[in-house]
Amino acid sequence: MIRLMPIWMVILVLLSGCAHNQQQTLFDKLGGHDGLTNIVNGLIEQIGKDKQILHYFRDARVSRFREHLIDHFCAIADGPCQYTGDNMTDIHTGMKITEKDFNRLLDLLINAMDQQNIPHPVQNKLLARLAPLRTYIIYI
Amino acid sequence: MKRKVHNFCIAILIFFSSQLFAADGKLISTPGVTQVEGSAGGGLVPWAQLAGYASRDEYAANIFCSQGKVDDFRLRSCGAQLNLFDRVEFSLAQQWFQVDVLDTEIKQRIFGVKARLYGDLVYSQWPMLSLGMQYKHLQDTAVAKSLNADDTSGTDWYLAASKLHLGAIAGYNWFWNITARYTDANELGLLGFGGPGENASLQWEASTAIFFSREWAVGVEYRQKPDNLDLNEDDWADVFVAWNPNKSVSVTAAWLELGSIAGSSDQNGLYLSFTGYF
Repeated sequence: MIRLMPIWMVILVLLSGCAHNQQQTLFDKLGGHDGLTNIVNGLIEQIGKDKQILHYFRDARVSRFREHLIDHFCAIADGPCQYTGDNMTDIHTGMKITEKDFNRLLDLLINAMDQQNIPHPVQNKLLARLAPLRTYIIYI
Repeated sequence: MKRKVHNFCIAILIFFSSQLFAADGKLISTPGVTQVEGSAGGGLVPWAQLAGYASRDEYAANIFCSQGKVDDFRLRSCGAQLNLFDRVEFSLAQQWFQVDVLDTEIKQRIFGVKARLYGDLVYSQWPMLSLGMQYKHLQDTAVAKSLNADDTSGTDWYLAASKLHLGAIAGYNWFWNITARYTDANELGLLGFGGPGENASLQWEASTAIFFSREWAVGVEYRQKPDNLDLNEDDWADVFVAWNPNKSVSVTAAWLELGSIAGSSDQNGLYLSFTGYF
């Protein structure tokens, strides 16, 4: 173990070197308003083709959903927006979204971010801010 | 015969892992891989996650084969796991331990159960917590008896806490695990259970890893071990790379540093493991 430690330390040091970028917000790193719009459009396109979770969106109005989701992502990523939609619990109550389907949505979001060439660490930062919402979304 | 069984397991694994129905309710890479005693974990340490991609509404079955080859020994391990609704994991492992100096092979069978007590690896506020048991039954007992082990079967109990922190280290996902194990097993039980030195004792195990992408993780593990036989049994450590190209298969390669085993010192070598998820 002692002999393995240096390798591990080198990895950590290399990683921490990447940590200090400019004072960009997560919103900026996601490409600003245009970037988020592209990500959300990509996500909606994927949901439209997804047999597993499309049914949850049957009663949703796409234009309204797009607008609110962009606003929500923007606000959550420290962008200059205010989310004015309903809270997560109100929106999802009665939908009985499962753990599996919530993760499916994240998979599709990751695909949409990959399509926009969002760097892996930036993707994780957004996911980290969305993850705490799960408790207000699933099985209600 | 054992080689045939081993190759057969690998053939089945490769054939099925790309096909068929598969539970896929977890995020990729989050179930971990399979440790040498058959539980979901890293290579050496059982983690809190339950095996396979089953979420609360699914079940999953997995099969695995692993080989660790150090200077004077080789351990092969193959088996299967069943995950019921991400609440309980059952596992069965067959181990073949080749001892070069004695020109012999020691077989052991391990039955494991793990229950998730609390949480989710990714989403819960506190770390995921699981309680596990591994019942080990030695099929070749001569070596254990000659070393004055007390028993030829034994039961390990362990409590594991694990957490994946999204974007925690420069935006990369960071995983850690701590396991406390109450055990009387000598070298996993391959050299019997208990002995003149000590009987059961509490041992600590830990792992940590960084995910460089959804598919690739690099990590280290440490596993404290007892010394019941007074043979200066060492703690184990490894550095591993795990690859999860999709939710059907994982491949893990590791460098093992196992120290002294049955009086042979400095046992280092390579470890390779496959798990197929259904």
